[in-house]
Amino acid sequence: MVKLSYERPVIQKLNTGSMNKFGTRTEYAPFTHIDNVAVKDLIKDYGSPLFVISEQQIRKNYQQANRAFRTRYPKVQFAWSYKTNYLNAVCKVFHQEGAWAEVVSIFEYKKALGNGVPGNKIIFNGPDKTEEDLELAVNNNSLIHIDHFDELYMLIELLQRINKKASVAIRVNMDTGVYPIWDRFGFNYENGQAWNAINKIMSHPELELNGLHCHIGTYMLSAGAYGIAAWKLCDLAVNIKAKWNKVIDYIDLGGGFASANTLKGSYLQGSDIIPTMEEYADIISNTILNFGFKPDELPTLFLETGRALIDDAGYLCGSVIANKRLSDGRRATIMDFGVNLLFTAFWYNHKITPAQEFSHHTEDMVVYGPLCMNIDCIRESINLPLLNKGDQVVVHRVGAYNMTQWMQFIQMRPNVVMIDTNSKVHLIRDKESLETMLRYEKLPLHLEKIDL
Amino acid sequence: MNKRKVCVAVSGLNNIDSPGPGIPVIRALKESAEFDVRIIGLSYENLEPGLYMHDLVDKSYSIPLPSSGMDSLLQRLAYIHSIEKLDMIIPNFDAELHSFIKLGSRLKTEFGIATFMPDLETFESRHKSVLFEFGEKNGVIVPKAKMIYTPNEIYKVGQELGYPLVVKGKYYDASIAATPEQAVNYFHKISNKWGLPIILQEFVSGNEVNVTAIGDGNGNCIGAVPMRKLYITDKGKAWAGISLLDEELIDITNRVIGNSKWRGGCELEFIKTKENKYYLLEMNPRFPAWVYLAVGCGQNHPEALVKMALGLEQKPFESYESGKLFVRYSFDQIVSLSEYEKISTLGEL
Amino acid sequence: MKLNKNIAVSENGFIFNPLSGDSFSTNPIGQEIVRLMKEGKERKEIVSALMDKYATDEATIEKDLSDFFQMLFSYQLINEHE
Repeated sequence: MVKLSYERPVIQKLNTGSMNKFGTRTEYAPFTHIDNVAVKDLIKDYGSPLFVISEQQIRKNYQQANRAFRTRYPKVQFAWSYKTNYLNAVCKVFHQEGAWAEVVSIFEYKKALGNGVPGNKIIFNGPDKTEEDLELAVNNNSLIHIDHFDELYMLIELLQRINKKASVAIRVNMDTGVYPIWDRFGFNYENGQAWNAINKIMSHPELELNGLHCHIGTYMLSAGAYGIAAWKLCDLAVNIKAKWNKVIDYIDLGGGFASANTLKGSYLQGSDIIPTMEEYADIISNTILNFGFKPDELPTLFLETGRALIDDAGYLCGSVIANKRLSDGRRATIMDFGVNLLFTAFWYNHKITPAQEFSHHTEDMVVYGPLCMNIDCIRESINLPLLNKGDQVVVHRVGAYNMTQWMQFIQMRPNVVMIDTNSKVHLIRDKESLETMLRYEKLPLHLEKIDL
Repeated sequence: MNKRKVCVAVSGLNNIDSPGPGIPVIRALKESAEFDVRIIGLSYENLEPGLYMHDLVDKSYSIPLPSSGMDSLLQRLAYIHSIEKLDMIIPNFDAELHSFIKLGSRLKTEFGIATFMPDLETFESRHKSVLFEFGEKNGVIVPKAKMIYTPNEIYKVGQELGYPLVVKGKYYDASIAATPEQAVNYFHKISNKWGLPIILQEFVSGNEVNVTAIGDGNGNCIGAVPMRKLYITDKGKAWAGISLLDEELIDITNRVIGNSKWRGGCELEFIKTKENKYYLLEMNPRFPAWVYLAVGCGQNHPEALVKMALGLEQKPFESYESGKLFVRYSFDQIVSLSEYEKISTLGEL
Repeated sequence: MKLNKNIAVSENGFIFNPLSGDSFSTNPIGQEIVRLMKEGKERKEIVSALMDKYATDEATIEKDLSDFFQMLFSYQLINEHE
């Protein structure tokens, strides 16, 4: 006799006020393949946990965003935000698609150079640029986006000393109706600080003010805020033209477009409430086009979109280590990945799906990671099928920030693979080992010998 | 005359002590002179009283919570439609309106199911946080309000608005503060419970008057009935109320519904001051639970909603009876365990 | 392992405890276990019945059964638990 497949017994109280199975959030539809490659095979070949990146999805996202803006505005240039995911393979896909590089440290800057991005196609943002960094950027004709007056004065001194000119922009912060205002970066628009900085730059011939930059926030749910931001940058550009007869080359609206992840505390699913790329494009394009620039003075629109282009191209595959019951009767499932790999679990309720078939019976559970640390919780409450030890799961939309903010803590970082457009799997970052970690340690001689 | 048969799905069957509008809407539809209405109840919880009111609700289905996402909602509605052949859906539950508005055109084109709701932009324009701008745009006075994120802002905003002022949570809760110190206290109390931002609002004193109204989306107010609460529950809900003869209030309502091109039912909450000024406090984007009073006064708003949704002509109502009362009561239904089992395990009843 | 008196189990996996007024839902294998309990089967017999029918090992069944009984106990559907 053929035996039936086993599912563990489960009993749940029907609480008054609690939802029946048609009312709970169920994420149990199995997700067995990523770009036609079986999750099972990926884990067999590359281990568990494993980050998987879909090249096809990156290209699709980029092309869709590019189309959304180019069909509405004549001059658009995307720059890949390195901090969102700076694995070289990922960056190169974006560069092949036509994106420039947007970096916020000399480490990222050198990575971009190493990836073959010409210096004059690197946007250098951020509050931390040393004199040495600036000199390299000046010599490479990179676009230097000034964050504060100290940087501005340092750059002026540097240019006078080496007798060179630099192409600069300033970062502007402003009230766009979205709070709290990100006023820690750049110069404020409302209180006139930005205008002061502009006048200072314009009075220095060694500085050429080519652009105006802002980055109004992250995971922005309001497309309208970008309209306000674009309006304020256009206003500065027009005033610069009026006072200094200088045409501003480009307006850089930064990033911050939301991905479809669901923020903790959000009642509705992220995918139901985020604006579409078309909505962002519409309001930004219309604002600039209607501002009244002469056709030949229309600024180029730069965008540094990170999250919205990479998040859904990244997956984290993992396995169940154990099941247990908490003191209050709740089910807990322990996975082999935790907040060490999934930094974004601190602010998202990530979608987790099983990678194999299950019945429609589900259980509410807490999902923990493998760290022996109380903070290591991936989902405080999620409805999943009756997972057993060894079962595999896929975490969705993890492409942004996880592969840059991950921690080497208790565990080591796992393999990262990319599935190319022909469904061929490539290892793009090797898993770390004990040797990786020990390479940087030094031991004082007197501590070498122990005797236990 | 043979009445036209229509199948309408209605949510908000929570006819409890602080009731949802579903059952009143259904009563109105069942009394339609033009339609023979089959009612499909849509429920979120297994103990919504409407599930067990078989003389009003012909068949019920559980549907997923808005928090499960639109895809699972659409899937469930497709299943229900495959059995019931729905002509229309009237959502009555605040948290679901966003999803239904977004799904509206897909429901129409893919399944031929009508809804009659404002577009998302109009819907968002009357949110608590932007109501002041809504008032300016549509010609109605709204108490001045400001969103704040830190208690430090209270001193400056307090000078602008004057004391007393109202300290409100983003979604719920409101307290009246007589001094900045009190306002700071309420700020902490409410933000601990509901998060940020906190809304500081100009205090307006007077009588609360409410209007249930319906717009055609082309700038016409089809019907409006004003009501004053006579008695309220400890949750502030109307227990009894009376329809008012108040032409100015009807004028204001016509203006708001007309200018905003409101499509569908709504409830406007006003404060009428001693100087006979009307301040709009809130606009709820669906029928209120007391909408049946409008039927009692001669304006069947839910029926008008169905007519417009089905593309039939609906002329504006010209009059209503004032001085009609509604007096709400609760009622214990006796339900067998098998019914509860059915809705709990099968999601249908 | 005895189920408390008057516990009703329906074909849909709906369980009702008339003593407490609580209702529960369970999956097919849970239903089967409850049925075996109603028939007065001992734990050992339940394990072997499940072993015969399902493709799994004894350790898994033992572990899951303990957890299931623990839940039945906490829901006051059984009065004793090893």
